[in-house]
Amino acid sequence: MSKSFFLDGKEIPFKEGQTVLQAALAACHHIPHLCWRPQLEPHSSCRLCTVMISGRPFSSCTQPAMDGQHVISDTPELLALRRSVVQMIFVEGNHYCPSCEESGNCRLQATAYSLGLQDNHFPQQFPKRERDSSHPDVNLDRDRCIRCETCVRASRDLDGKNVFGIHGRGIKSHLAVNSPTGKLGDSDLDAQDQAVALCPTGCLTVKRVGFSVPIGERIYDKEPLEQVQIREFQDFQAQEAHHG
Amino acid sequence: MAEKLKVATCSLAGCFGCHMSLLDIDERLLDLLEVVSFDRSPIDDIKTITGPVDLGLIEGGVCNAENVHVLQEFRRMCRILVAVGECAITGGIPSMRNSLSLKECLEESYIKGFGVEFAHVPNDPELPLLLNRVRPLHHIVKIDYFLPGCPPSADAFWHFLTELIAGRDPSLPRELIRFD
Repeated sequence: MSKSFFLDGKEIPFKEGQTVLQAALAACHHIPHLCWRPQLEPHSSCRLCTVMISGRPFSSCTQPAMDGQHVISDTPELLALRRSVVQMIFVEGNHYCPSCEESGNCRLQATAYSLGLQDNHFPQQFPKRERDSSHPDVNLDRDRCIRCETCVRASRDLDGKNVFGIHGRGIKSHLAVNSPTGKLGDSDLDAQDQAVALCPTGCLTVKRVGFSVPIGERIYDKEPLEQVQIREFQDFQAQEAHHG
Repeated sequence: MAEKLKVATCSLAGCFGCHMSLLDIDERLLDLLEVVSFDRSPIDDIKTITGPVDLGLIEGGVCNAENVHVLQEFRRMCRILVAVGECAITGGIPSMRNSLSLKECLEESYIKGFGVEFAHVPNDPELPLLLNRVRPLHHIVKIDYFLPGCPPSADAFWHFLTELIAGRDPSLPRELIRFD
């Protein structure tokens, strides 16, 4: 017998083992998310995918779907929470969209657009962070790092390399490079690695191609983030089914 | 005829790109001028606010003492104050100097920089005192609305102004929200 739950009152079928977020995306219903990627283990750190189940908040990227469950996602309160989360991410780093080569391809920026963000509300922190241009083909700009650990997970689980880690605690935590000198140039990272490709912001960028696609013609200039994320998950599912 | 809404505008630590974008509403300027009149603004070259104003539009962040005074004057005189563009909202490109100390910045520009002659840091008393950090407007005064973009597009300006003047919520529709 097929199982289903209710997302904002709409019935969503799911397969055993799927999370609330996976089942929602499979059924073309979007729940905002940032640190979750279909091909990676959930990290559940950005809290953007928070939904209410039985009056309590859960991250939908880790919460298993359960039969008959009522999940609430689209409320003014959750929208306000998600906006605050993104505003805090913006003020904690140095995100200069006008000068960033990732503008238009950046998931943080696209998430802000999708949530209707027009200001950062909180005081800008202007932290001092180290940049690393030692790699011949990849730039590491920690100003733009949101510590989602996408590169950490992708390098370890998809590239089989373990190039990245998070060092330090709390507000002082930062992206560290696993090489004898701590420099990216002395690591075994390649520009083609998934760790680079999946970075949601302009923290890890491939050199010399930053403006090959002009501003205004980029991923989220042409298509809303929600559509991209739903299609991305469904492509991933199709691929998984194909490879068994 | 109803009295026209008084608008004042200025650019602090900005590039005047936002003002250029406002002018980019082109012939809609004529429609706008039916319902607003400009007080202090680089558009009419009035240098100081002449009296209470309904709407203040400020481009640019705050990088020196003069910026602070102008911003505070705008807050005193404007019923509604709007941070226009990335620099006013986040500090923007000028705030990229915040990763360096002010001393390092001045030395790089005026003493150690490439091709510098007669190296000295300018210290004419006419020059406003630089702040240690470039700041967005909302660090210093209460801001009522934020109009994002670098610059906000002419359509974003038009939407914002017409909705606000009509007494409606001037939030931008998604297609007009851009940070670049």
